[in-house]
Amino acid sequence: MSETTLYVLQQLINGLTIGSTYALIAIGYTMVYGIIGMINFAHGEVYMIGTYTAFITIIGLLTLGVGSLPIVLLLALITAIIVSSSYGYAIERVAYRPLRGGPRLIPLITAIGMSIFLQNYIRLAQGSRDLAMPALISGGIEFGDPEVFEVTISWMQLIIWGVTLISMTALALFISRSRLGRACRACAQDLKMTNLLGIDTNRIIALTFVIGAALAAVAGVLLGLYYGTINPYIGFMAGLKAFTAAVLGGIGSIPGAMLGGLLLGVTEALTAAFFPSEYKDVVAFSLLVLILLFRPTGLLGKPEVEKV
Amino acid sequence: MQRALFPALFAAGVTFLLTCLVIGVKLEQDGPTLTVVGADAETWSWIAFAVVVVFLFQLFQQPLARLRQRLPTADVTGLLPDHRLRTRLRPWLIALVVVGLLVWPFMVSRGAVDLATLTLIYVMLGLGLNIVVGFAGLLDLGYVAFYAVGAYTYALLSEYYGLSFWACLPLAGLLAATFGCILGFPVLRLRGDYLAIVTLGFGEIIRILLNNWTGLTGGPNGIGGIDKPSLFGLEFSRRASEGAQTFHEFFGISYNSSHKVIFLYLVAVLLVLITVYIINRIQRMPIGRAWEALREDEIACRSLGLNPTVIKLSAFTLGASFAGFAGCFFAARQGFISPESFTFIESAIILAIVVLGGMGSQLGVILAAIAMTILPELAREFQEYRMLMFGGVMVLMMLWRPQGLLPMKRPHLELKSS
Repeated sequence: MSETTLYVLQQLINGLTIGSTYALIAIGYTMVYGIIGMINFAHGEVYMIGTYTAFITIIGLLTLGVGSLPIVLLLALITAIIVSSSYGYAIERVAYRPLRGGPRLIPLITAIGMSIFLQNYIRLAQGSRDLAMPALISGGIEFGDPEVFEVTISWMQLIIWGVTLISMTALALFISRSRLGRACRACAQDLKMTNLLGIDTNRIIALTFVIGAALAAVAGVLLGLYYGTINPYIGFMAGLKAFTAAVLGGIGSIPGAMLGGLLLGVTEALTAAFFPSEYKDVVAFSLLVLILLFRPTGLLGKPEVEKV
Repeated sequence: MQRALFPALFAAGVTFLLTCLVIGVKLEQDGPTLTVVGADAETWSWIAFAVVVVFLFQLFQQPLARLRQRLPTADVTGLLPDHRLRTRLRPWLIALVVVGLLVWPFMVSRGAVDLATLTLIYVMLGLGLNIVVGFAGLLDLGYVAFYAVGAYTYALLSEYYGLSFWACLPLAGLLAATFGCILGFPVLRLRGDYLAIVTLGFGEIIRILLNNWTGLTGGPNGIGGIDKPSLFGLEFSRRASEGAQTFHEFFGISYNSSHKVIFLYLVAVLLVLITVYIINRIQRMPIGRAWEALREDEIACRSLGLNPTVIKLSAFTLGASFAGFAGCFFAARQGFISPESFTFIESAIILAIVVLGGMGSQLGVILAAIAMTILPELAREFQEYRMLMFGGVMVLMMLWRPQGLLPMKRPHLELKSS
């Protein structure tokens, strides 16, 4: 194989890795949008808080002398999910629930305020500097011609794919099989009717926030370990990218969010391969603008009819 | 009480989860190694305090709500003079404010005048965004992009072609308006929340382009040495450049650097007064009425034969042009600009000003801009908490008083039974 092919292959692998974490975050946007039709702007900050919690747990456990890496990582994942979920729940309870049923612009402004608040709250509590952690999982599989170009799939990338696959499958099963999942789908179809049928819709909405936050926390742990550095500002960009992914796949549709995330990740990686890497953000945003202009329903979304 | 116990315990538990790991423990970078440090006893006692407060509040929520209902609400409307007196006093009041604005800088320190100039820039930005968000109800999260366009227009034209501030001011407004029009035309068909995200993306694109187009904009290093405005060709520097005269030479007074600061302030006052006047007039024109009608009900508007695209586009363009003027003035005042000054946070601050002031209310926006720029300066130790407060204020305002501190009053007539 030629050098370019191998190089593109490497970028594809990197893109799929980033893309699967985008997909995890995007689900939080898409589920909330599907049920109450609002953009939860603070979702990116929930992801950032998940990363911080994971770092704190990992370093704390290592300092305490817990040697086994799988146990440390599992505990970090669980802690991050619990803390992020409580943030997701609290945001919904404090900032969005009292505004339900009002004009659409109001919760969006609250969400932006919440996002700024959380970002600065973490900045004040944890400092604004970049924090770096040495790689816990190194090594990987290498193939290709060592003299031309060597393609690497690191163990970390394989873990990211595996965990993403497990989380997605669990979510799909939960939504399609469980009682609560059915209630979620009913809420997405018709909130008022679901309420009339005796389902506590407030609890279902809180549940979607919790699920979204938990998946964002999973993405936070994975990306935190993958990059090894964090700062309080990572949530903003990650949130925007994930939102782009959700819109690309068709907002409101869960398979759409998965597809959109992967597509966005790959597009970004390929852009970074052939252009200066600063322009990959420009490509992501231009993609967002173009989809919204020419196909606002996204790839898998359903058209929305505005009712009087 | 018994029934409130479980939710109260739950809320207290959630509060503990929110705070214990994030505030109670701190990550510290020590060279290549990362360590965790537990917070001191004081922080932990604050966390405990927060948990107890949330618990008690949830437990006694219903009795508290009942108590609040029984409290009499103060009626402040009676304190204002009646309508006819107010209309008669109005021109005098405005004249008083204008004279005050013009005389005030000669009596205070240089720093205070400089701060006032900065405040006036925010007033202008707030008023401009108020057209888009407050009147037309379009949430624009990339407003800072137009501000950047205005600033870079002046900086680049003065650097490459040596154009003066006064020549660039209309050009900056025009160019920002063109940008607003070009962006707005395809985007304004979108529904409210999509529009917000697209404008946010646009703002980021502009910033990234400015940052990376090093050949033209100087990239992250920015552009320095931008000329200050002059008074009919009279410069405010110590020594005149070729073929020009300085202010102090012309009037035969000794050089004083505060002349320049005061002049900049007066230019800002002039710009703000023009902005206020124009917006005040347009608001009463058919187009201004159409903005508000469109904000209230788009479908009803369309069925009355108003073209929503044209109306939205006019609001967007006009709002952008004011950002362009403000940007041009900002570049002249700073003398140096870089993409750092045009981040999303800046957009969010301007939005917070509009939200706090009461969407659509001009006086409210002006007061909010003053409060938002001067309060953090007065309390220096609060500087750290500035953005935290901005975020918090945005949330609390929307929850308690979505119409803002000074909501817009619509002129209305009442029939009085005699």
